[in-house]
Amino acid sequence: MTCLRKTSARLKSTVAILAIAAQLAAAIGPAAAFCGFYVAKADAKLFNKSSKVVLSRDGTKTAITMASDYEGEPKEFAVVIPVPTFIQRKQIGVVEPATVEHLDAYTAPRLVEYHDEDPCMLQMMERREASDKLLAAPNSALKARESVAYKGVTIEATYDVGEYDVSILSAKESDGLVHWLTDNDYKIPRGAEAVLASYIKQNMRFFVAKVNLERMELGGNKFLRPLQVRYETAKFMLPLRLGTVNARGPQDLIIYALSRKGRVETANYRTVKLPTGMDVPLYVKDEFGSFYKAMFDKAVEREDMSAVFTEYAWDMAWCDPCASKPLSNKELVELGARWIGSDDDTAFGGAQGVNAYVTRLHVRYDAAHFPEDLTLMETHDRENFQGRYVLRHPWQGSTACAGGAEYRASLPARFEREARSLSNLTGWKIAEIAAHMAMTGQSIWRRGDRP
Amino acid sequence: MTMALTVDAWPRRLAAQLCADARHFQIFALATLLTFNFVFLDFGARPLNSALAIATSLATQALCSRLWGLPAIDLRSPLITGLSLSLLLRADAALIHAAAAAIAIASKFILRIDGKHVWNPAGFAIVALLVLAPEHVWISPGQWGAGIWFATLVSFLAFMVLSSAGRADIALFFLAAHGALLIVRAGWLGDPSVIPLHQIQSGSLLIFAFFMISDPKTSPDSRLGRFIFAVAIALLAHRLAFAWQMRPALYVALFVLSPLTLLIDRIFPAARFCWARPAVLKELTR
Repeated sequence: MTCLRKTSARLKSTVAILAIAAQLAAAIGPAAAFCGFYVAKADAKLFNKSSKVVLSRDGTKTAITMASDYEGEPKEFAVVIPVPTFIQRKQIGVVEPATVEHLDAYTAPRLVEYHDEDPCMLQMMERREASDKLLAAPNSALKARESVAYKGVTIEATYDVGEYDVSILSAKESDGLVHWLTDNDYKIPRGAEAVLASYIKQNMRFFVAKVNLERMELGGNKFLRPLQVRYETAKFMLPLRLGTVNARGPQDLIIYALSRKGRVETANYRTVKLPTGMDVPLYVKDEFGSFYKAMFDKAVEREDMSAVFTEYAWDMAWCDPCASKPLSNKELVELGARWIGSDDDTAFGGAQGVNAYVTRLHVRYDAAHFPEDLTLMETHDRENFQGRYVLRHPWQGSTACAGGAEYRASLPARFEREARSLSNLTGWKIAEIAAHMAMTGQSIWRRGDRP
Repeated sequence: MTMALTVDAWPRRLAAQLCADARHFQIFALATLLTFNFVFLDFGARPLNSALAIATSLATQALCSRLWGLPAIDLRSPLITGLSLSLLLRADAALIHAAAAAIAIASKFILRIDGKHVWNPAGFAIVALLVLAPEHVWISPGQWGAGIWFATLVSFLAFMVLSSAGRADIALFFLAAHGALLIVRAGWLGDPSVIPLHQIQSGSLLIFAFFMISDPKTSPDSRLGRFIFAVAIALLAHRLAFAWQMRPALYVALFVLSPLTLLIDRIFPAARFCWARPAVLKELTR
């Protein structure tokens, strides 16, 4: 995918070619806004320069929905995505941002809380539910134009899709394609030509989209909606390479794979489950965002930035605990899971023979560590996995009963385990963690032990 | 003086017995990898699945040896099959590994031509299950990673196995042919060399080369035959992987082309491989 962004009046436009979304645009222009902390979940907005791709796959039927964190001027935005086949108008659509955000919230790593029982009762668990607006699917006009040849490049079709003008290009040589893009005011980063040439030789076409401001105004959309392309192909992959050309530093990509059978993993890189299930100090509740970022950084470092991480893998029919309310049939169909049969507003609950399984993969990549595009495969593994971190609130009431003293005495050791666990996960210094914990009433030292 | 000789002699005898059969090295190498999976780096092998694969392999070997009236039950080959299945096959139920092991060992007894079994037992079971139970099994080629350190470890272990089995050549022929095809493809696409390099470093590829295609019992007897066989598999696997987008391309290619060994052995006859090497044993115990 290519993302384009004009950076100054003098330089008509600067083009940043991206494989998955507008990451490079974000790098060149103002950094993508850091969207604050999420008390109970760590969604994709935590990571700057991150893109979200929903990939639905049923046999060879594939739907790819791309959402970026692009926050620049809409007129400066454009994308180029290598696609394996010719794309007809009916295969392209736009998806409401809220639908992708809902899937993001639903699959996000989550913080759960337990309250110790009275050392003589049952704990409570707090669930946080985020409500997302479910918006209607978009409607766009069809306007296919005649194919024209342009310096070896064939514009096979052009379509109006919502706020986007879409062209499907094929090329015989990368020179022609680069000329076409350059002549159309796109500045191609050095190095992109070789990557384009490789895709051309692999018989891939190029899906190019720009924003049409008039239609955007007419449609009343303030934000760019994610674009969706549907096609049939044996190639189950995600092109990353264009996005690494001239990229400044690593980028984050979150893939939400919807499949029929089970977990999706990468076939040419290791897919690793993130550490999960650990008890962490209570103060993490207020710092879940920075906790999750630090933990992810550490996991990336541990795997030498050469692995793809599984953050969530679960049957879409249920969740426990749920990080947001379940997705409706309509939303799943909107995201490309058309095999589920129904597209009503009720929550997807699965049925005999109708399965939907979601895998959330998070990859931090650059050209050095991810030279190849991601090759994906669907497994039959339906084992559930979620990134889940646990807060255990000590009992605050009276501990006058027999086990009370013993319970109180056991707490510092427990807090220390939580501190060590947090330190191992994030690389944060144990002394700093201990000091922070002490401020929230979780002293890891017994009375008199404190140095 | 006498004492010293006695102490000196038993490790020598033990070493001689261990070195006499390449399978001992193979068992050691595969067991090391499996332990590595459980302790350090998760490739996806699961303890229960592994235990079932190994136990069923051994039991099926014992049963078939009895049914076929063999004079003794040799548990070394089925142990290798059980370990290989543990490392390579992934399934959504542990019992599938038991079924895979039974299919693997039974194939060795049933599918024989010219007194030689045609398919590598574990390779046969993997492809048979991918065809018969596609909803339950898969292989995870990416889980081995592409780290040089891992490649080095596997190569080292494998070298020990193959140099003692005298069949290191086929693994090298295959890796050379496979690597050459990847380099040619990258050259044609204009891709940087780091891409074929990343593909060649795949742990999954090395495991296939050193523990599957190089099975001395199911590879051609002559060196020229092994060369032809290795190149044919590399060509077919390349086609299956890139044109057909097949993830278990290596295993399918080996399965499809294994019967070719019968033809190759007729055209280029050579001495049939035998696990025990009395000459080595004699030399070392002398």
